[in-house]
Amino acid sequence: MTALPLSRSDVPAETVLAVPGMHCAGCIAKIEHGLADRPGIRSARVNLSARQVRIAHDPALDARDLVRELERIGFEAEPRKGALARSQSAARPLLAPLAVATFACMNVMLLSVSVWSGADGSTRALFHWLSAAIAIPAIVYSGMPFFRSAWAALRRGRTNMDVPISIGITLATALSYYETVTGGHDAWFDGSLMLIAFLLAGRALDAMMRDRARSGVDALLGHAPRGAMVVGPDGRLGWVAAEDLRPGTVMRLAAGERVAADGAILHGTSRFDQALLTGESTPVHAGEGDKVLAGTLNLDAPVDVAVSAAGQDTTLAEIARLMEAAAQDRSKYVRLADRAARLYAPAVHTLAALAFAGWMIAGAGWYHSLVIAIAVLIITCPCALGLAVPVAQVVASGALMRAGIMVKDGSALERLAKADRALLDKTGTLTTGRPQPDPAALAQLPPEAASVALALASYSRHPISRALAAALTGLGVRPAALDDITEKPGTGMFARWQGSAVSLRRPESASGIAVTLDIAGQPTWLIPFADRLRPDCAEAVTRLKAMGLDVSIVSGDHAASVAQVARETGLFAQADAKPQDKQELIGRLRHAGRNVLMVGDGLNDGPALAGADVSIAPGSASDVGLQAADFVFVQESLLALPRAVSVARATMRVVRQNFVLAIGYNLLAVPLAMAGLVTPMIAAIAMSASSLVVVGNSLRLARAVR
Amino acid sequence: MTGLLFLIPVALGLGLLGLATFFWALRSGQFEDPDGAAARILIDEDAP
Repeated sequence: MTALPLSRSDVPAETVLAVPGMHCAGCIAKIEHGLADRPGIRSARVNLSARQVRIAHDPALDARDLVRELERIGFEAEPRKGALARSQSAARPLLAPLAVATFACMNVMLLSVSVWSGADGSTRALFHWLSAAIAIPAIVYSGMPFFRSAWAALRRGRTNMDVPISIGITLATALSYYETVTGGHDAWFDGSLMLIAFLLAGRALDAMMRDRARSGVDALLGHAPRGAMVVGPDGRLGWVAAEDLRPGTVMRLAAGERVAADGAILHGTSRFDQALLTGESTPVHAGEGDKVLAGTLNLDAPVDVAVSAAGQDTTLAEIARLMEAAAQDRSKYVRLADRAARLYAPAVHTLAALAFAGWMIAGAGWYHSLVIAIAVLIITCPCALGLAVPVAQVVASGALMRAGIMVKDGSALERLAKADRALLDKTGTLTTGRPQPDPAALAQLPPEAASVALALASYSRHPISRALAAALTGLGVRPAALDDITEKPGTGMFARWQGSAVSLRRPESASGIAVTLDIAGQPTWLIPFADRLRPDCAEAVTRLKAMGLDVSIVSGDHAASVAQVARETGLFAQADAKPQDKQELIGRLRHAGRNVLMVGDGLNDGPALAGADVSIAPGSASDVGLQAADFVFVQESLLALPRAVSVARATMRVVRQNFVLAIGYNLLAVPLAMAGLVTPMIAAIAMSASSLVVVGNSLRLARAVR
Repeated sequence: MTGLLFLIPVALGLGLLGLATFFWALRSGQFEDPDGAAARILIDEDAP
């Protein structure tokens, strides 16, 4: 987009950064112009659909410099490597076949209309030959997605919706070609092409929806540590990527940083937030010699950690293995459309065979009987049936996405509609997962003290300080002017305000998380912090129960803090559950015939999310949680859960109506076809009319989110 | 009939032209970033 002054180095490096925060033209302009003006950066190109920036720059700059540049412009960014850097689209490969099928369909239809309105003799033969010349290559090319999928299913001895579609298309095309060669009356090229065009349109829409959800989720990814500052043997500091850490390496961990590998503390003491890994909400104190786990957050002070295990040996990797096993269990789910195809395909093929046999017995001759049998196949070809599921799902996913809920998988809505048992994780799911200052304590602060607290907190990047600053800003507090600001790691912030010493620091002794605000000559204020329930938690649970789901809590946290949340929400709870326990519980429930919905966010929920029938994660979840879940909701309110369930159920209602409508058309048309009365024109009208009805019915879902 | 001999190739040719243009657009990356393309027309290029 922007031409840059050439720098000395001639081989530019290219880096892809994910920028989840951009969403409009202003953001594109700000990022592209802002980056282009920096020395060493040659060009920057934003891809808004994928929420990524592709930057060509001097090899001297590395990804971390670029992240810093973006931070200066005002955007958070994450470097992307390997598979994540390429925005692979599921819709792209379908676009070319769709274009070819639509082009061929329209041109052949033009010729067919002339034939239907009475073209005769040599004109008809000419039009049939022209149609064949256009249609046969077009069908071979654009029908490939169906032929491939059907072949893959048949080879494994199964059948799916693509099998009857492929058989119908192939037979119709072969018959039409035969008719053309022998100068016959009817050719069905237009029907075959229309079928392909309609079905491809449905699939392309479906793929676009999933692309959009996937890029939304990809942009959220990246909470896991990607590396660590490492202290070399000569005492020098350097950045090492997580996959290159080896046992024995010494990592220097700043406050507020996530641990990149399991290890033991060499110097310093601090507290670690293990919520993501174990679900435990109270920070764990760790001193010299104590173990720290990859994925936990260092809260208080910088520490040096000797790596004891990295890569495949960490707790993280163990959870990943559990998840793989759990996901295999789920892949046995058969989608509704494929279950319908299992009944539908044999029924249709039997009907066609019966028609053939019937007309043979009636003495119609093998050619005439065959034409009628193929007409039956064409008229029953599941055009509307093929659209019934994808269109409804696309419309519903679109409505959910506008409401902040991303649907990652097509069959997820089907599975969610059937859920009758919900398991909720506590930390990060029922609660926001971030310690927040007690509103009552904040309300008691005099305005002056509040403005001093905000000013002190705003100078620190410590998670507790940031939460306090955010809460006070939300209350409309203005920061006071401070002098001599210093941050003492592990202790707090110190400064002077109007000549008196002020500080915001860790209390000497307090259970749980808290900070004290000291202003010389004034009483000391204690501000306790706690993980609060999400807004609308009670209403969400009530609505879930009203929809017939049994709801309970399963958490890795201690019984005491789980009990408190259980009391507040009125739910049955299981505490101290390890990842394996959660997975086992789900296995037991599924074995008892329940359809389990798992809602969770942490690494510790990963196996449970992957093993449940259907799973939902909040947008603040760990990478593992985001990838394992079928739905991701990017809003604070827990009302997303009942909304998603009600939309999923509405979708399945519409899908069932669509099936009835589509099969209803077939029931009307099949007797005509078996009686030998169906012409290509009737087939074309029936096909497009039933498709339009199905699409129209599905569009009602656009307003399904309440 | 002579009209047909003239009109049918014209109709097909125009259709093929559209198809070729679409393939060109597909190859040259016009479908890589649909959201971005929609937003970019709002960027004022003269802005500093």
